[in-house]
Amino acid sequence: MEAFAYVAPSSIDEAVAELARHAKKGHRTQVLAGGTDLLVQMRGADIEPRILVDIKNVAETNRLHLGNNEIFIGAAIPSAVLNENAELVELLPGLLEAADLIGSTQIQGRATLGGNLCNASPAGDTIPAMIAVGVSCVIAGGKGQREMPVEKFVVGVGRNALEAGEFLVGLKIPRPKSRAADAYLRFTPRTEMDIAVAGCGVSVTLDAKGLCKEARVAIGAVAPTAILVPAAANALIGTTLDDAALAAAAAACSDAASPITDKRGTIDFRRKVVGVLCRRATAIARDRALARKVLGV
Amino acid sequence: MNKIQVITSINHEEVEFLCEPQETLLDVLRDTLGRTGTKEGCATGDCGACSVLVDDRLVCSCLVLAAETGGREITTIEGIATEEGLHPIQQKFLDHAALQCGVCTPGLIIATKSLLDRHPDPDETTIRYWLAGNLCRCTGYDKIVRAVQDVARDLAGPA
Repeated sequence: MEAFAYVAPSSIDEAVAELARHAKKGHRTQVLAGGTDLLVQMRGADIEPRILVDIKNVAETNRLHLGNNEIFIGAAIPSAVLNENAELVELLPGLLEAADLIGSTQIQGRATLGGNLCNASPAGDTIPAMIAVGVSCVIAGGKGQREMPVEKFVVGVGRNALEAGEFLVGLKIPRPKSRAADAYLRFTPRTEMDIAVAGCGVSVTLDAKGLCKEARVAIGAVAPTAILVPAAANALIGTTLDDAALAAAAAACSDAASPITDKRGTIDFRRKVVGVLCRRATAIARDRALARKVLGV
Repeated sequence: MNKIQVITSINHEEVEFLCEPQETLLDVLRDTLGRTGTKEGCATGDCGACSVLVDDRLVCSCLVLAAETGGREITTIEGIATEEGLHPIQQKFLDHAALQCGVCTPGLIIATKSLLDRHPDPDETTIRYWLAGNLCRCTGYDKIVRAVQDVARDLAGPA
């Protein structure tokens, strides 16, 4: 292909048809949402012409629905828009603070959760936060729609599970019950606009006595992809989330990490810090859950 | 050629242009439309010099395709002053000497407008975080923050 092209389909079916039509001609296609990663790549690392399929005119990718049982976040909604929704921030504070850590005000005016996920960076901040809250990815393609747990969506550095002709429509999230909450923390050398050296997302659900009955823990930037750490969750379940439980979960995260040494941090440092982040994020999620007695349905 | 025809609104004026699919809004503003008030710094979304509002949302125009802007309302630095004179934000940047070379200034003015539209009475932390995506390599940020605080005080009116 010699030149770029731009198309902006207005429905899921049209978008799928565009992706299929160009693929059949052997043209490279790429889905555009906020463009904060894609446009930078097009100017540097990957300048090859392609068909840009802008999904922002597809109603479903802009749909935000806070249902009684389920929350739906369209793949193309900018994080600034999400963070202006007070009810969503109240329901999923960890996921929203992860989104709020990415980039400047300008970037957040465009950047999307869907894009952060599809870009599949090992250090993408929202990915561990999404894994923690149990996101299910809604994917559209030529054979219709399918869903996939978010922890299976990223399959390698910069690689996702979308097949040719598919795109991410949105994210389904179980609405947190009363006494459930999430949190996300990351370590960066700077306070603002930096890439995670290590990150940890946690969600916990407490019973009436304050015992942890469900937990999900995910770590980021310490392996080729963000990963779910069942051993850390198991260390929390059945406890009051006391110091001993938090320390056991932290050790499980350090064990599960398989980081690299680079200019941002060494293997030993990342391994240690991801445990510390797990401990602190779990304490935040616990305190939020305790404070949230009547929220939810 | 596969040029795309776009009809949009820039500073409340209907504008029609042709662009390449991969051209950014910044490219078109500066090179096609000659509106060079919006500056190009890094072209990778890091510096904020190219900040504009698209449907009142603060964005880097270097990270928006021109082809995406059909039917939108775009506000650039050229739309900030009025017939009567400078916008209060512009005036306060002058009063506080919150600029030297001026390349970051259009982006900072636009970002400040976006801040004050949403948070008319921001504290210093809010100001610093909101403007963290606008890099200045001359003045340092203190005078800029003071200028923004001063505008906010004035816009709030007498206490």
